[in-house]
Amino acid sequence: MTAAAPTLLALRGVSKRFGAVQALSDVDLELRSGVVTALVGDNGAGKSTLIKTIAGVHAADTGVFEWKGRPVRINRPHDAQDLGIATVYQDLALCDNLDVVANLFLGRETVHGVALDEVEMERRSRELLDTLSIRIPSVRIPVASLSGGQRQVVAIARALIGDPDLVILDEPTAALGVEQTAQVLDLVERLRERGHGVILISHNMADVQAVADEVAVLRLGRNNGLFDMETTSQEKIVSAITGATDNAVSRRRHRRHHGTGRPAGGASGTEDAR
Amino acid sequence: MSSPTPGAPSHQAGQAPVESDAPMTPAAEVPAPDPRLLVRERGLMGYTEEFRRKIRGGELGSVPVVLGLIVIAVVFQSLTGNFLTPRNLSNLTVYIAGPGIMAVGIVLVLLLGEIDLSVGSVAGLSAALWAALSVTNGVNDLVSIAAAIAAGAAVGAVHGFFFAKVGVPAFVVTLAGFLGWSGLQIWVMGEEGTINIPRDSLVRDLYGHYFSDRAFAWGMALLLTAGYAAALVLSERRRARAGLPVRPRGEIVLRVLLVAAAAFAVAYMLNEHRGLPLALVIFLVILILVDFVVRRTRYGRQIFAVGGNAEAARRAGINVERVRLTVFSLAGGLAAVGGFFIAAQSGGATKSLGSGNLLMNVIAAAVIGGTSLFGGRGWVWSALLGTLVIQSITIGLDLLGMQSAIQFMITGAVLLIAVTVDSVSRRTQRTAGRT
Repeated sequence: MTAAAPTLLALRGVSKRFGAVQALSDVDLELRSGVVTALVGDNGAGKSTLIKTIAGVHAADTGVFEWKGRPVRINRPHDAQDLGIATVYQDLALCDNLDVVANLFLGRETVHGVALDEVEMERRSRELLDTLSIRIPSVRIPVASLSGGQRQVVAIARALIGDPDLVILDEPTAALGVEQTAQVLDLVERLRERGHGVILISHNMADVQAVADEVAVLRLGRNNGLFDMETTSQEKIVSAITGATDNAVSRRRHRRHHGTGRPAGGASGTEDAR
Repeated sequence: MSSPTPGAPSHQAGQAPVESDAPMTPAAEVPAPDPRLLVRERGLMGYTEEFRRKIRGGELGSVPVVLGLIVIAVVFQSLTGNFLTPRNLSNLTVYIAGPGIMAVGIVLVLLLGEIDLSVGSVAGLSAALWAALSVTNGVNDLVSIAAAIAAGAAVGAVHGFFFAKVGVPAFVVTLAGFLGWSGLQIWVMGEEGTINIPRDSLVRDLYGHYFSDRAFAWGMALLLTAGYAAALVLSERRRARAGLPVRPRGEIVLRVLLVAAAAFAVAYMLNEHRGLPLALVIFLVILILVDFVVRRTRYGRQIFAVGGNAEAARRAGINVERVRLTVFSLAGGLAAVGGFFIAAQSGGATKSLGSGNLLMNVIAAAVIGGTSLFGGRGWVWSALLGTLVIQSITIGLDLLGMQSAIQFMITGAVLLIAVTVDSVSRRTQRTAGRT
């Protein structure tokens, strides 16, 4: 089903080195329109480095980037934005003192002569928020007075102002509660329906399972498998992340299934004792 | 940990709720708005309700300073009996021009979340440069004025360069400027202690010229009111055409009436004395221009963004260094303009012009007017309101025959009160969920 979608961005043999650390070695990744690709891996697996090379924060040392079939170079954030790649960073990067409209259009305000065209910006903001079914009390209140989930959806909406083809979401649900997480996941699904390609970085396997079509696993800076979400069990993905079938996660699940060992809330120290 | 028994739940209230296995409720197709969110009602009721909420939430804006002005007027009128006379108030509008124009520059710097301690020295330097060029060396008056303003802007750009590009804290850069430029001012003045303003100089008109025909003051009031009303009505009409919520008609009428009342009251009062002072006209033009730039242009939006969250501004593609450098340059240029007015009031350029409490009064004016010291919040008109407070107190205490010792102490106390209001309102905002 997903294989039919056209390829947006293909990465081949991407490597990146920071001093003595080989952060990425020979990573391949293919991103397609209308497909949510989850990028998972343990801390230090190279997820953030990989998306930063895509977003142009640091340029890759070697490797080929193909955007819609033709080779491109992404050396600066501006290059990525020009191609149509929008990134929502984990810390959101919103200006708390500005209202929602000003934040959505920050850096690309529409002007009417020399003056800002506030009417047009507000109209487009409302239109965008409505099509995404985002509910906020007013587009004219400072972002500081929004809740964490509302700020997250504003940050995601801001990435969509330039109508990008590919949206990178870095841990969009990390700081959110149950209801707000559901809202953000709904939004991710709406992005897919609108035909955007999405990269979702998350540590939360439940979120990944809920919205991702594909899961790309990184381990120690290398590809460690690409899985189709529908046909792959969570165990398999976890073992790809940790690099072993016998890992802390599977041991915990095993204990719970068989009713042995400590209850689920037990201390993690017991795993090492085995 | 054992889960609390149903009979005794209260003592565990402080702990995290026990995880439940209840299924996550799927978000409804069209989620109802959160009932806790306060949405402004239509009509004037909604307006007053929102106003009350803002006050309680700590968004005081310029409310304290307007109240303060009324208190000052009432107190000095009752103590002296001749504070609210046309002559006195007309003089007040001339006296506020110089410090007020400098305070506009400070407002811009404060919006960035920075401070400029050099504006007093820059004002003195610009007056000294103009005097040295025009009076001592016989350069054309207008050319000398332009050169002095350009020098002020260049000095500001030097501060901006060290702050934005090199990364030296603005406090230290402008403190160095405060000393250095006043040294240059004394050097420029050379042997002369004072250079008096020649009779035919434009600078003299900044203090002494009045448009004595009554039509000027009334025309100015009419122009201001009509301009304000037109801008308001046009923007509301555009909003209505785009299908956006518009202000209630009553609010528009009320706003225009308030502006009209203030403008015509001032015009009447000015005509009772000597007419419309040139100084006030220039001050108002600068206020309107800078206010437009700050609130209605891309550049102004960038200033607010850098003051609110410089990193977010950088990632949004804003050239943060350029914004910082140009704002300091603007502050320098405006300080230079203010310097002419102060020179005009004191009759000439001196070695000590711009020293003393001028710098503190200017910074205090911006803060008293409601611009936050912490960046990203404020408006240009706070330069007018704050300078009015400071100059009213100065004039009132002069009328009472107080010594400058007492004046310093009272002005210091007012500044402390203003900064306290700013800090406390920030804290209230934080507890009200507005960082």
